Amino acid sequence: MSGEALTSAEYIKHHLQNLTFGQHPDGTWGIAHGVEQAREMGFWAIHLDTLGFSIALGILFLYIFHRVAKQATAGVPGGLQNFAEWIVEFIETSVKGSFSGRNALIAPLAFTIFVWIFLMNFMDLIAIDFLPGLAQLIGIPYLKVVPTTDPNATFGMAFGVFFLILYYSFKVKGIGGFFGELAFQPFGKLGLPINLLLEGVNLIAKPISLSLRLFGNMYAGEMIFVLIALMYSGGLFLGSFGGLLQIGWAIFHILIITLQAFIFMTLTIVYLDMAHQEHH
Amino acid sequence: MNINATLIGQAIAFFLFVVFCMKYVWPPILHALETRKKKIADGLAAAEHGKHEQALAEERAKELLRKAKEQAGEIVTRADKRAAEIVDEARGDAREEGARLLVAARAEIDQELNRVKEELRGQVVSIALAGAGKVLAREVDEATHAELMNKLAAEI
Repeated sequence: MSGEALTSAEYIKHHLQNLTFGQHPDGTWGIAHGVEQAREMGFWAIHLDTLGFSIALGILFLYIFHRVAKQATAGVPGGLQNFAEWIVEFIETSVKGSFSGRNALIAPLAFTIFVWIFLMNFMDLIAIDFLPGLAQLIGIPYLKVVPTTDPNATFGMAFGVFFLILYYSFKVKGIGGFFGELAFQPFGKLGLPINLLLEGVNLIAKPISLSLRLFGNMYAGEMIFVLIALMYSGGLFLGSFGGLLQIGWAIFHILIITLQAFIFMTLTIVYLDMAHQEHH
Repeated sequence: MNINATLIGQAIAFFLFVVFCMKYVWPPILHALETRKKKIADGLAAAEHGKHEQALAEERAKELLRKAKEQAGEIVTRADKRAAEIVDEARGDAREEGARLLVAARAEIDQELNRVKEELRGQVVSIALAGAGKVLAREVDEATHAELMNKLAAEI
C-alpha cells in the first residue's frame, strides 16, 4: 500500500480507477482524477493503461512469435521454437476439432486471441501494488495493469469477433440465408416475430457473453487480490494470513487465466463455425 | 470503468494483431510443423522400405548360398567321375604298355635265341670239327674234308 493514509474504500476505489485521458467539462484535455471526472469525460476518452498494456503485450507476443517464425526450421527445433510449436499445435488441434469449414483466418485468429488474452490475464499475477506503486513514483496517479479487467478491452475484442460472425454469416449464407436463419427458426414461417426475437437475442448474446464472461472472471479475480492486499494493513497475524491467501489464490488464478483465454478462443471458433454452417 | 473510446482502440489493435499474426507468424510456424511431420513420415517410410529391402537381400543371399552349395556338390561329383575315368584310362594305358613291353621282350628273346643258336651252331661246327679232326687226324686230311664239314654245319 502506498504510504498515504488511505481508507479501505479509497484503496479499493483507487485500484479500480483507470488512467483515463479525455476532455474535461471545462474544455481542457488531460488525465481524469477520480471516478466523477472520468465519467464526465463521456465516450470520447481513452484508458491509457488498458490500451498501453494490451498493445504492449500484443506487440511482445507478436515479436516473440515472429522471431520464431522467421527462423522456423523443419529440422531439430530450438527451445523457443519448441515452445511456440507446442502452442501452435495445441491451437491447431482445437481449431481442427471445432471448426468444420476451411478458412485460413480462423487458426491465426484463435492463436492471437488465446495468447494475447493469456498475457493480458497474466498481468493479474504480478503483485497488485507493484506496477501502480512504481507508476505513482513517476507521477502517474492511476494504473490498472490488467487490461482484461476493463470491459472496454473485452468488449473491443468481442465486437471484433462479432463483426467476423456477421461478416462470414453474410458471406457464406447470403443476406437471404442469414435473414432466413434468424426469421424462420425454430418455429417456422408462422412464428416469425418470435423467431426473430429469439434468434436476435441469441445473436446478440454471443459477443456479450464472450466479453462479460472474461471481464467478470478477471474483475472478480482482481477484486479478490485487492481485498487480500487490504489484509496486509491489518497487523502481523492478518497480514501473514493474507500472504498465504494471496499465494493460494495466485496459484488458483493461473488456472483461471488460462481457462478464460481458452474459453474465449474456443467460443470464438465455435461461433465462427456456426456462422459458416448453412442450416436447411 | 466507463465504456468509452478505449473499446474502439482495443478493437482496432485486435484486428491489426490478428492480421499480422495471420500474415507473418502463423504460416511459417505451421509450415515448419507440416514439413517436419512430412519429413518424419518419409523417414519412417524409408526405414520400413529399408527393412523390407534387407529382408529381400537376406532371402537373395540364402538363395545364392543354396545355389553355390548345389554347384559345389555338382563339381565334386563331376570331379569324382573324372578321377574314376582317369584311373580307368591309366589302367588301359598300363595294360597296353605292358603288352607292348611283352612283345618287345619276346622279340628280344627271339633275337637272343637266334644269336645264341647261331653261336651255338658255330661252336658245334668247331666242336664237331675238332672232334672230327681228332677222329680223323689220323686218317683224313683237314683240308680235303673241310668243304664237307661246312656243308654239314649249314644243315644244322
